[in-house]
Order: sequence, then C-alpha cells, then structure tokens
Amino acid sequence: MIILIEMQDVWKAYANGVMAVNGINVHIDKGEFVYIVGPSGSGKSTFIKMMYREEVPTRGKILIDGTDITKLKYREVPFLRRKIGVVFQDFKLLPKLTVYENVAFALEVIEESPRQIRRKVMEVLDLVKLKHKARFFPNELSGGEQQRIAIARSIVNNPPVVVADEPTGNLDPENAWSIMEIFERINNNGTTVVMATHNKEIVDRMVKRVIAIEGGMIVRDDKEGVYGYEA
Amino acid sequence: MRLRTLGRHGREAIKSLGRNSWMSFASISAVTVALLLVGLFLTVMLNLNTIANQVENSVEVDVFIDRTAKPAQQDALKQQIEQLDHIKSIQYVPKEEGLKEFIKSMGDDADVFKSMQGKENPLPDKFVIKTTDPKQSITVAKQIEQFKYVDEVRYGKGYVEKLFHVVDIARNIGIVLILGLLFTSVFLIANTIKLTIVARRNEIEIMKLCGATNAFVRWPYFIEGFLLGLLGAVIPFLLIAVGYREIYQWFIGKNYQSYLFVKLIPSDTMTLYLGGSLILIGALIGIWGSMTSVRKFLKI
Repeated sequence: MIILIEMQDVWKAYANGVMAVNGINVHIDKGEFVYIVGPSGSGKSTFIKMMYREEVPTRGKILIDGTDITKLKYREVPFLRRKIGVVFQDFKLLPKLTVYENVAFALEVIEESPRQIRRKVMEVLDLVKLKHKARFFPNELSGGEQQRIAIARSIVNNPPVVVADEPTGNLDPENAWSIMEIFERINNNGTTVVMATHNKEIVDRMVKRVIAIEGGMIVRDDKEGVYGYEA
Repeated sequence: MRLRTLGRHGREAIKSLGRNSWMSFASISAVTVALLLVGLFLTVMLNLNTIANQVENSVEVDVFIDRTAKPAQQDALKQQIEQLDHIKSIQYVPKEEGLKEFIKSMGDDADVFKSMQGKENPLPDKFVIKTTDPKQSITVAKQIEQFKYVDEVRYGKGYVEKLFHVVDIARNIGIVLILGLLFTSVFLIANTIKLTIVARRNEIEIMKLCGATNAFVRWPYFIEGFLLGLLGAVIPFLLIAVGYREIYQWFIGKNYQSYLFVKLIPSDTMTLYLGGSLILIGALIGIWGSMTSVRKFLKI
C-alpha cells in the first residue's frame, strides 16, 4: 500500500495552554477509510484540522503525499487544500448561493474552466442524487440534503483525500446513513476518507479501521474496529 | 490572472452588492454622507484659496525712479532689477501715464490735477514689479531700495505682512479641517464596510478551505469596495456640482465679481475638481476599507 498521510511525533499546544495532541504517530494508506473516535475534547477535531492545515502542530511532521505540510509556506497552503476535501458538521454552505453555485464555487476558486465546471458539478450532483435540486437554495433542503451538497463540494475537485469532522452529527439516523452511503461510494472510487465521528451505530455496523484518541494520544488503532464507547 | 477570472471577480462583486443589498446600502450611505461633507468643505476651501491667491497676487512693488536719472540710467536700473531673483514682470510706467492713472482714480475731483499734465507733472517715472511668489515682494523691495537712482519703493508695508499672515492661517486651518474630516470619514466608511464583510466571513473561510489563494479571495472585495466608493460619490458630486453652479451663477448675476475684486472658481472647473476628487477619495476609501477588513479573515 502507498502511504498517503503520515504523522510523526505530532504535538499541538494551543495559545491558551491546552495540550490538544500529545505525540501522535500514525499512517494512513491510499484508499483507506478511517474513523477517528474518542470522547469530546480528546483532540479529534485538532487531528482533522491539522491535515488541511487549519491548525499547525507545535512539533512533529505531517506528510501528505510525501510533502511535509508543517513546512509549507503560507502561499503554498491553498495548493495543499486543493488535494483535500473537507466536510463539516454544520455543512458550511453559502445560504445565498444555489446548490449548483455552492458546488461550482469550489471549482471557481481554483480557476477551472466554465465548461469543466458545468460538467463536473452535474456529475457530482448526480453522485449525491441531488441533480434535480441544482437550482434550490440551501434553506429549501433538508439537513441530510445540505450535507450531501457539502460532500459534493468537497469531492467535485477529485481530491485524493476527504476529511470530515462529525459529518452526521446534526442529522437523524436515516439521513446519517444516506451520507455514509455516499462516503462509502467515494471511498470505493479510490478516495481516502478520514472521518471523526461520535456515531456508535455507524462505526459498529459499517466496519472500517478505527483510531481512538484520548487526551491527545492514540489509545487504539484497529484494522476492523468498533466504536468502543457508550453511545 | 486570466481575463476570464477577472471577469468572474467583476461579476461576483456586482452580484454580491445585490445579494447584500442592505449592507451595500449602508456602506454607500456612509460614503455619501462623508463625501457630502468633504465635498462641501472642499468647495469652500478651494474658493477661499483662489481668493487668497488673487489677493496675494495683487501685491506689487512700485519703484519710483529718481528724477535726475537719464534714460540710459533708467535702463541700467531696469537691468539691475531684472537680475534679481523672483522677478516675474517689470513694467515701465512713465510719469505721464502715472498721472493719467492717478487722474482716472480721482474721478470727479480730478480737474485740479489735469493742469499738471505736461511739464508741471509732479510724479516721477516708475517701475511696477510683480514677483513670482508674492511673499518675495518684501525682500525684493528691500533689495531695490539699495539701488542707485531709486527714489522710493512702495509695496504696502505693514499691510502686506498682515495680509500674508492672515491668508497663511486661513489656509492652514483649512488643511487641518479637511484632513480631519477625511480621516473621520475614512474610519466611518471603513467600519461600515468592515461590518458588511464580518457578516460574510463564512464565505471567505469556505473559499480558503476550497483552496482559494488570498489574491483570489481579495479581488471581488477590491472591486466591491471600489464600486461602493464610486456609487457613494455620485450623489454628493451631483448635489454639490449643481448647487455650486447655482451659487456661481447668482454671484456672477449680481455682479459681485467686480464689487469685491475677487473671482470664484468657474463652475465648470469646479465640477471637474469635485468630480475628480470625490470619485478618487470615494474609490480609495472604499478599496482601503474593504481590503483592511478582508485581511483579518484571510488568516485561515
């Protein structure tokens, strides 16, 4: 397997003195599907944020596709982000843009040609089964639909990695499953998926690699793991 | 940057003016109010400055030539004066002409003096000198006093010094007031624009997370700030330009130009000045306000 993401002795202390991550070593291969689990405040979000460099570790190396992203110059960061799709718990859609525009946005900012934008957006809307709602505005959609749009936006650029921070956190079980189905499909197409989650049912039923973080350290890393906490 | 991208930024800027119509309205209103004040003040100050210049420029130095001087000596004196610094023009006024001017200025009481024309003329010949900088007339006058064949030099001693002093104070006060007003309006406008951008920081955050470069994020805001400033400058410009035209016409119509010996800036020229400065100030403040506000949210 080809290693895609590698953390070497990564530490993160915030300015207020909180030690969020305390010496993490991990590698994630190309095409893997990984759940990051752990109690609230254990460092999951920091772990995710460091991968797309919203946070920079205080110490250690993070290699993505062989590049140490902790050493990136400020102006090189946008080009890292184009290789990583990000999905949030609160969707982060722009309320004043239509579904189509929200997805196209991700391609516009990287200056894709209008023809490519049209083709790719329709393709990805088809993948998340919302092609028929392209002209709707986010507030006209259900939570699950909004999250599917957010996922569409994160993958429209065909990044090798998608990271998601509690993507099902705001959704009911039914919608949560439809989201997971999409992640599964993306993963089957070869995209690496790293997902922080609190959803026991999903982790236990859709069996994947599970990395458990507690107090900023990896306490468990199972190839075919379970959630391991009370729901 | 590709042309297509620039087009996209332009379209985005215009769209976002519409989408955030209330915020745009607030920003444009702030620019309008501030520039109305700046514009009014500018109009008054520019006119005061022009009037001050006219008054200053009316200062001239009269050099009365010693009666014993022969024409050749007068020429020599003229050359000597011409070689001084700051001399703009030197005009020879023979005594006959001097008397004519004097008689003319006396009006009805002039008859007594008419008999003096010819050999009885008590006036000396003189040079009338204008300096390149009116303030130099004092120095120039003092230098000329030392020359040979100079009977007397007059430049309005005492009065001229006071005039310059008053004009200088008025100008400095004007500059300070205009700068103060500009400074406050910059903050008023920049803060309003800042509010509109704070409301849209999600958009910036998402752009950044999708891999947009800072320049890409900034461009639409740059154009938007420019447009806000430009739109905000339109109303003050029209109001003041039209208002000034009316006042100017009235001033001319009442013939105040000739009573008061001062000329206002013609309304066409003023319209140009105003248009240029208000649009420039508006656009710069708009851009500045929008760029400083975006900067904070780019650090993701």
